[in-house]
Parts: sequence; structure tokens; C-alpha cells
Amino acid sequence: MTEQLQHIKLPEGSIEKQTTTLNLGPTHPATHGVFQNILELDGERIVDAESTVGYIHRAFEKIAERRPYYQVTPLTDRLNYCSAPINNMGWHMTCEKLMGVKTPKRVDYLRVIIMELARITDHLICNSIVGVDSGAYTGFLYVMQYRELVYEIYEEVCGSRLTTNIGRIGGFERDFTNTAFEKLEKFLKEYPGVLKEFENLFTRNRIFVERTKGTGTITAERALNYGFTGPNLRATGVDYDVRAHAPYSSYEDFNFNIHVGSTGDNYDKFLVRNAEMWESLNIIEQAYKKVQEFKGAEAEVYHADVPEYYLPEKQDVYTKMEALIWHFKIVMGETEIPAGEVYHSVEGANGELGFYLISDGGRAPYRLHFRRPCFIYYQAYAEIVKGSMLSDAIITMSSLNLIAGEMDA
Amino acid sequence: MGLTNEIIKNRLSEKFGGVLTEWGEPYGLLTLTAPKEMNLKVMNFLYDEPDLKFRFLTDLTAVHYPDRKGEELCVVYHLHNMVDNIRIRLKVYAPVDQPDVYTATGLFSSANWMERETYDFFGVNFVGHPNLKRILNVDEMDYFPMRKEFPLEDQSRIDKDDEMFGR
Repeated sequence: MTEQLQHIKLPEGSIEKQTTTLNLGPTHPATHGVFQNILELDGERIVDAESTVGYIHRAFEKIAERRPYYQVTPLTDRLNYCSAPINNMGWHMTCEKLMGVKTPKRVDYLRVIIMELARITDHLICNSIVGVDSGAYTGFLYVMQYRELVYEIYEEVCGSRLTTNIGRIGGFERDFTNTAFEKLEKFLKEYPGVLKEFENLFTRNRIFVERTKGTGTITAERALNYGFTGPNLRATGVDYDVRAHAPYSSYEDFNFNIHVGSTGDNYDKFLVRNAEMWESLNIIEQAYKKVQEFKGAEAEVYHADVPEYYLPEKQDVYTKMEALIWHFKIVMGETEIPAGEVYHSVEGANGELGFYLISDGGRAPYRLHFRRPCFIYYQAYAEIVKGSMLSDAIITMSSLNLIAGEMDA
Repeated sequence: MGLTNEIIKNRLSEKFGGVLTEWGEPYGLLTLTAPKEMNLKVMNFLYDEPDLKFRFLTDLTAVHYPDRKGEELCVVYHLHNMVDNIRIRLKVYAPVDQPDVYTATGLFSSANWMERETYDFFGVNFVGHPNLKRILNVDEMDYFPMRKEFPLEDQSRIDKDDEMFGR
């Protein structure tokens, strides 16, 4: 009798080998952007994964082949839109490298301020989103109002907030106003306290640590082989930072540390990004001090003296003959742009953001290729999450800081 | 800091002799062209040699030169030696009617998607690639949009009924 009680006969092999296919994305709240992951699940454990990207491909490289150089800037905004100014500056510096324009020190320092502000906002979003995905919404909502302070600075400098289109080839379109500096001071004063609080909320939070530690690990060898750059690479212990290895925009004038992790897991990525925010604050303070040291005419320089490439101010175009001529020449593509090929890279918030530009001397680039860090390291995702739990895969996704706009160009 | 463009150039010419052409240093970046069936040999050499160590593939893309008959498509590799902090640019040319180039996925995992992207936009056929299919465009597409003969939309066209977005 006892034998029959427990005896339920199931079809052969129905329990052992059953897996489920799960579509994570393209429009899923956890993907924070449009891309798809097809996961093969055994229970909650991921057996296999395949990523699909391209849902917001906008053909920027093709469009850029018809646009004059100064009109490519708005395209770069829409790559990593969490830190658009870095992309803008990277593009301007690529053009300046091609054209042989040397920017004044004050422009370099102002650029450094803007770029580091952008890095802070980007890392802030990434880290707080990791918090959201592990169950702590508070941090995310709280820091939003301090990101707002940065956006107000952008607004004061260039007039827009998210897709900034900031600066021009050769410098900035206008000088920083006093209001901009006041807002910067306000940010420098208020932000360290907030970051400290944000840190307290997460760094030693047991739930957060247990969710992130040991998940999403990758070795330094694999990370390098997969083309990782930026915070994700540094979390594995490789101290590669474009700002230090190939200094641009006078980064060699600043003292800063490169923070590295050891295991490359999500917790290390969080810590590296957090430390980088402190480092960025430090750089901004140094840069602001240097900007204040300029005296006399030097303190009003906000662009290089290159009338043949720098779009003149609109007011001057209406009132000054010279400006009108140069404006006409630049807009009609009559200026001499050297032919050649140039690769320039900047340390974007996600890693090495490269611009490979080929000019044939014409009005628009002959070929422009963006090295988008996100696109390159996202292919490692399948390998990273294989064998882990579904919920860890989601945290891994957000801590890689995948920006669909950057991935798909 | 020992490694310079000069040393790399000498090491490469020693090994491969005259087959490497078009040497140049535009904006300080050592650039060279290899025959298309030699791309892996050159990259392997750059990767393995203990004093060269180009073990990071920064970028992989292609350029279309319709005027270069018989070698219209140019595949460009940017390699980086992170220890000595020096970069190199390697180019291979392939004819547009049979654009076969050996894949670099065996050497660099990062080449996987970059080659798929290059295939997607230029139609470069990477021989030996594990999963060569389109990545950013739809699978049904039957042309390669970054080639020069593929035009951008004429902005003055009037036949398009696009009331929703008003143009």
C-alpha cells in the first residue's frame, strides 16, 4: 500500500531537462533602454543568453558623411546622452587635432570642468540605478535633484540640458557667465555632503553588498580581450584611463588618482564609480582654481583665435564684415580643411570613446566612425551572466551602464 | 617607455619584409597596410611578440573607397599596447565584389560584434566568424548602407506622405 501513495508517474525526462526561454526586453523596465536579451533559464539559473541590439540605430555615421563638421556635434549628443558634453568635447577635439588648432589653456580648463561634471552625472545615474535594481529607490530619487544642479550649469553655459550641443570647434560659443560660476560653486559646496550620504546608504548596506558582491565577475584578461574600457575595466584591476594615458585638454596639469577594483564584480564597479565621482570633484576644484587665476585679457578667452574654423558669434555676423565673411565661408564649406585621417579618444563615462575621422578635404567627413565603449563591452554580457541567477543578471546589466543610444549609434 | 614607432616598424619589416606597404605616421599614429590574407599573421605577430604586446583591439571598422579599383573596401584595425601605451593602425584592402577577410575573433573576443557591425554596413565577409549576421540593421536588408553608392534620402523630395511628422 505505501508504495502506491507516492507513486506519480511523469513522462520520461520531463523534469531533468526542462528549460524556459525568457525574453528580457526590448521594452522591459529592467533593461533601462531598448535592447533585448533572450535568456535560456533552468529554474532561475541562466543557462544561455543571447543579446540583440540595434533597436534605436539612427545611422549617425552615414548622416555625418553629409554634414559639415560643426553640424556633427548634435549627433554625438545622442550617443551617451547621460554625459553628452564629453561626447561633444571629444568631437571638437578630434576636429581640432585634424585642423591643427591649439586651444588656449583657459578653454581647456573650462572643458575639463564641464566634462568632469558630466562624468559625475553619468556615474551618479549608473550607481543609483544599480541601487534601484537591488531594491533601494531612495538613493535614485534623492540624487536627482543634485543632478539638476549640474544641468542648470549646462543650461547657463549652452542653453540646453540633456542633449547639450555644447561648445564649438575651437572653444565655447560664449564665455561662462558669473551665474554659471555661482552655480558651479553652489554645486561644489552642496554635492560632497550628498555624495557622502549616498555612499552611506549603499557602501556598507548589507542587502546591497550581498546582492552585488560576487555577481557579474569578469577577470582582467577576459575584460581586456573583450575590449572593456573605463570603470568596468578598472573594476577588474587594470588602471587604464585615457585621461592619464593620452592626456587631452590639459589633463596633464591636474593631480588625480585612478581607482581600481580587484574582482570586477558589481560591487567593485560601484566602488570604482563612486571613487571616480570624488576624483572628478577634486579635478573640478583644481580646474576652477586655475580658471580663477587668469588675469586681464586672458581671463576672457573662451575660444581659440582661429576665424577659419570657429563659427563667429551671430551678433558679429550682422555687424562685422570679417565675421560675416568667415561665417559664410564656414557654412558654405569654403574653408581649407586638411585631408588626413585621425583617431582621437577621450575618457567617456563608459570608457574610451574614440572618433576615427577621415577627411578628404571636403566640407563633411569622408568617413567617421565612433568607437562606442558600450557596444564593445556589451558582447561580454552573455559570458558574464551564464550560470548566474536571473536577478543577478539584471543588476549586472545596470552596473555595466548600458546606454542604448551609445550602443546603436 | 622604450617602444617607439621606429622600433615597431623595424621589427615588422624584419619579419615580413616588403609585403607591408603604405607606411605612414598621420598625427603620430603608425599606420601600415598589409595584404588581406596576411592580416592575421601580422596581428598574431604583434600580439605574441614579448616586446610588442599589442593585445588590445581598440577599434575595427571599414572604409569604402569606390575609386580604388580592385581594393574598394578597407578594413581598419586600431591596436593598442597598454603596457608601453602606444597605438598602431593596420589596414587591409579587399575588392568589393569578393570582400573576404580573415576574422580576428580567434585573437580578440571583442572583434565579434565589431566585425558583425562591419559586415552589416559594408558587407565585408569575415571568413571564419562564428556568427556573421547583421547586428544593427534588420536581417531582411539586402544592401550595405555605409557603402558610398548608397545615397542618403533626398531632403527635397515631395512624394513622401508623412503628415504625422510633418516635413
